[in-house]
Amino acid sequence: MRLALRIWRQDGPQHTGQMVRYDIDGVSEDSSFLEMLDLLNEQLIHKGEEPVAFDSDCREGICGTCGVVINGEAHGPERTTTCQLHMRSFKDGDEIVIEPWRADPFPVIKDLVVDRSSFDRIIQAGGFISANTGSAPDAHATPVRKEDADRAFMAAECIGCGACVAACPNASGMLFMGAKITHLGELPQGQPEREARVVSMTEQHDHEGFGGCTNLGECTRACPKGIPMNVISQMNADLRRAGFGAR
Amino acid sequence: MALTGLFFLFYLLVHMYGNLMILMGPEAFDEYAHHIRTIGEPMVPEKGVLWVMRIGLLASLVLHVWAAVTLWRRAGQARTNRYVMKRKGYGNFYAKAMRWGGLAILLFVVFHILHLTTHTISIGEPQPTPSQRVVESFSQWWGVLIYVVAMVAVGLHLLHGIWGAAMTLGLNTSLKRAEQIRFVSILVATIIVVGFLIPPFAILLGLVP
Repeated sequence: MRLALRIWRQDGPQHTGQMVRYDIDGVSEDSSFLEMLDLLNEQLIHKGEEPVAFDSDCREGICGTCGVVINGEAHGPERTTTCQLHMRSFKDGDEIVIEPWRADPFPVIKDLVVDRSSFDRIIQAGGFISANTGSAPDAHATPVRKEDADRAFMAAECIGCGACVAACPNASGMLFMGAKITHLGELPQGQPEREARVVSMTEQHDHEGFGGCTNLGECTRACPKGIPMNVISQMNADLRRAGFGAR
Repeated sequence: MALTGLFFLFYLLVHMYGNLMILMGPEAFDEYAHHIRTIGEPMVPEKGVLWVMRIGLLASLVLHVWAAVTLWRRAGQARTNRYVMKRKGYGNFYAKAMRWGGLAILLFVVFHILHLTTHTISIGEPQPTPSQRVVESFSQWWGVLIYVVAMVAVGLHLLHGIWGAAMTLGLNTSLKRAEQIRFVSILVATIIVVGFLIPPFAILLGLVP
């Protein structure tokens, strides 16, 4: 496959970036999107140019490290992570526009790499449970209803990649935050801190400068794990119960 | 945003019920128009209930717009570097039109008050009674057209607004519930649009005595 790539290049957090065009040939349609970028980088290194910086780790679609906006879509045209996107989703001769997640709470470090520490701080604010240390409790010591377990697992699928923020026209982090709140809130172990959790996570989310939710649903469409919007509504329900006030 | 929006929706339902009185003839409609000014008399002064309603609506409007502007401003601050390329056809068009659509509805409300409350603007010839003003206005095709466009805008605003209000109030707790909320928002938006458009079309087609 022959492709025309337009990639965001930015030297560092303080620099202004711009789109740069690269033509690449000989891309196998069986290669993954990141392997295509690896191929480009090899060619750039041979020419003595600076390779394109991008994040990746497991390349299995489970860690949430990779993620770029491809032709205006977070993680590209398929419902999966960028690493699990394959070049067969594109046609020979296509022009592909590659940009980093764009949100002020996710500042660009270099090229396509963004700093998502703001998500870590939201987790630190309330995404935990208190448990006694010592030997692991028996698995059947605390019964959980099947429906609750299913919903908790559905929300726990979130890998914190940030695609929801990238796709949201308001750059809101509420799908991510709602997933964590639903995940812990559906289980007995999450109950003691439930109300404090939703209040401190929401305060941290707003403090980081994420936008508010206008219920468009672009987040859930972009989510590689298909987390539904009802986790955001769950967050609102918990907030109301905690007396934070409806908004 | 959700609470004030639901208050507007409640008001629309009452307003729609009042409008439909025109189908029972001009006397019934004029009696209704007079009655809303004298509800609660003599315990409440003339137009007392009306003014409570008007002040409530105005306060809701201020809060509704304040919330919308806050969301808009936060969205602008959360993404100061814009995307070079946006996904083609992202989002439902009516959901994206909430801000400009809301502004259009506000302009219509101003026009509507100047038209049928203060009588500053008249469509057709000026008339002495409420029922005659309504019948005269909707005997003009362009009078009907203005109200059709406005009601479609209101319907689309409600379609996303009811969904959003349910989300904010924490009612969407499962995939099945999401479908039910979608269904209710389509149903209520349709009832409002159809209910408000029955009188103008009935008048235009000469079905009102």
